[in-house]
Amino acid sequence: MKPAFLLAASAIAVAILATVPLYANGYELSLAITLMNYTVLATAWTLFSGPTRYVSLATVAFFGIGAYTVAVLAERMAWPWILLIALAVGVAVALIVGLSTLRLSGVYFVIFTFGLAELIRQIVTWYEVNVTRTLGRYIFVGIDPADIYWQLLGLAVLVFAAGILIRRSRLGLALRVIGDDETVARHIGINTTIAKVALFALSAAFMTLCGAVMAPRWTYIDPAIAFSPVVSFQVLIMALLGGVHRLYGPLFGVVPLVLLFEFLLARFPNHFSILVGLAFMLIVYAIPQGIVGFVERILRRRGDAA
Amino acid sequence: MNRGRSLFAGTLACAILTLGLGGAVTAQEPASIKVGYAISKTGPNAGGANITQIPNYQLWVKEVNDKGGLMLKSIGKRVKIEVIEYDDRSNSEEAVRAVERLITQDKVDLLFPPWGTGLNLAVGPVFNKYGYPQLAFSAVTDRAPELAKRWPNSFWFLGTSKQYVDALVDLLSQMRKDGKINDSIAMVSIADGFGIDLSKAAREGFEKAKFKLAYDKSYPIGTQDLSPLLGEAQRSGADTFVAFSYPPDTVALTDQAKVASFAPKVMFLGVGVGFPLYPQRFGENTEGIMSLGGWQADNKATADYRAKHKAMHNRDPDYWGSQVGYSSLQMLEQAIERVGKIDREAIIKELQTGTFDTVIGKIKLDNNMPVKAFPLIGQWQKGFYTGVAPAGPGMAAVVVPKPAWKQ
Repeated sequence: MKPAFLLAASAIAVAILATVPLYANGYELSLAITLMNYTVLATAWTLFSGPTRYVSLATVAFFGIGAYTVAVLAERMAWPWILLIALAVGVAVALIVGLSTLRLSGVYFVIFTFGLAELIRQIVTWYEVNVTRTLGRYIFVGIDPADIYWQLLGLAVLVFAAGILIRRSRLGLALRVIGDDETVARHIGINTTIAKVALFALSAAFMTLCGAVMAPRWTYIDPAIAFSPVVSFQVLIMALLGGVHRLYGPLFGVVPLVLLFEFLLARFPNHFSILVGLAFMLIVYAIPQGIVGFVERILRRRGDAA
Repeated sequence: MNRGRSLFAGTLACAILTLGLGGAVTAQEPASIKVGYAISKTGPNAGGANITQIPNYQLWVKEVNDKGGLMLKSIGKRVKIEVIEYDDRSNSEEAVRAVERLITQDKVDLLFPPWGTGLNLAVGPVFNKYGYPQLAFSAVTDRAPELAKRWPNSFWFLGTSKQYVDALVDLLSQMRKDGKINDSIAMVSIADGFGIDLSKAAREGFEKAKFKLAYDKSYPIGTQDLSPLLGEAQRSGADTFVAFSYPPDTVALTDQAKVASFAPKVMFLGVGVGFPLYPQRFGENTEGIMSLGGWQADNKATADYRAKHKAMHNRDPDYWGSQVGYSSLQMLEQAIERVGKIDREAIIKELQTGTFDTVIGKIKLDNNMPVKAFPLIGQWQKGFYTGVAPAGPGMAAVVVPKPAWKQ
């Protein structure tokens, strides 16, 4: 397929998706928002964790920073400014965290990123309790679900565009080398720290904006709501189910899992956790390389046979 | 490749089909009235939802259906209630989506609210957009009056934190006037929405009433060893100990105060004192302990309600939100039967303006909130958690000082 054809196809797909709020009812739009939300988060996650193979559980740390920034600044300034400030805060935190922790690898990095979300939650709580003496903030801004959906769609386009551009750049190549063998990467003269931190910050930027865009949906935010660890785990499992070695991989995890959760919640509200646990085990044992990897393997096998 | 993809596409199609089927049935004459709710069956909110809210929903639905359903004048017969329930997993986004789903896919006639302040606020805009009455009875927020104006379909039965603090301050001021306590207070609070809201209101209230805050400290959620705080409070020389705590720390504070033989003249603790497990665990030692809520000892209606609750669920209701929640459901029932059909706009109007008979007495709402309809402060007296404030008919006299611990 030619790039021009792909570009045109993507443009048509985005245009079709953009019309969803025009005919969807409230629930369908809600479902579309959830799908879009997790598409942005899981793709942003893959942007960094796919090539470098660093498993991060910090998704909700940045998502929460975005949401909380909105909660603090809502009603005080115009929406684009709020988004910009959220972005700046998210990137700043990502740079500090990235510089100090990307030397860690393997399970140490996983644990640290998990702790990061909790750390930020505790700092915010401490500040609110001791300084502002209010916990739980109200967000009353005139942003309706359709606006949220369109903003998320815009973010999704940006995250895919960023991913494609990076993959074609020197940075993308450097990251793939790091993912394969970090020592070799260093020996051939790649500044691994800068490459990793830059990508970590970019991925965090998208997560932060996603949180900021979603926040007006909830009216009320406290640290427990903004920094719920469940979000990090769901993003991780969705990305892994789809497959992280392709940028579009997570999409194939997000769509079936969001629909599966929805189905289980509706049909088995009292057994949800057990069934989700079983589904996760099935995913890990049956398709360890994700759906995209699974399909590609079958494709290859057919190719070999022919 | 084809097999892999078509398998995947097939699964997807099945999922979407099954999801869509829920909303397909409609009928001219309602075969049933559909009531939907999304509530926290899992996650941190599940405990509260399970004690105060879900048992009330089940009890009310059973009672109405045992009568043959809700009487709809417009069609001249009773129509049974059918329940659709979802789990919001204690998550705002899930709660919003579940409520949208109940409204647009399941096409429910009525909705019950979720548990807690955060989730009630999260679903507020959705209830409002589709015009469903929202009778929240597990949310305490100082913005309640403003919210009732913003969303006229929303009702805030537990009111504001200031309301509770005002009742407590009045009670303490009277005790001081009677020479029963000194004017210093030791206060601890949990670092979460409830504790912060109430301690903030209390700080202002105590200062205004010229009480001295001899000790004022907050502690994080999940703190297990509270004895250092109790020690400091004891040494502060205050006669009054106030804790805005959550159930686990309420139990821990009681336990550790007992071990340290710290028996202040007034001991006021937070959520959990009214839960059924509290008297089970502390027996006679609950005597004199105060908290939020409370029941009227001589009210036969609430006693009957308690008996019914116990018969169905094999445990007592909680002594703060439960009776208020059940009353709100009774109000909803009466409003529907007066309107005579499922006309949500008319039902909301009736709830705003009508007077209703409930287990806690006659209720007429003012700005979508009940006024002095139930006790705000209660105290364990001889094994019964009785209302002692705000001053008015049916309130028991408060007992000071709290007796020493029986070890």
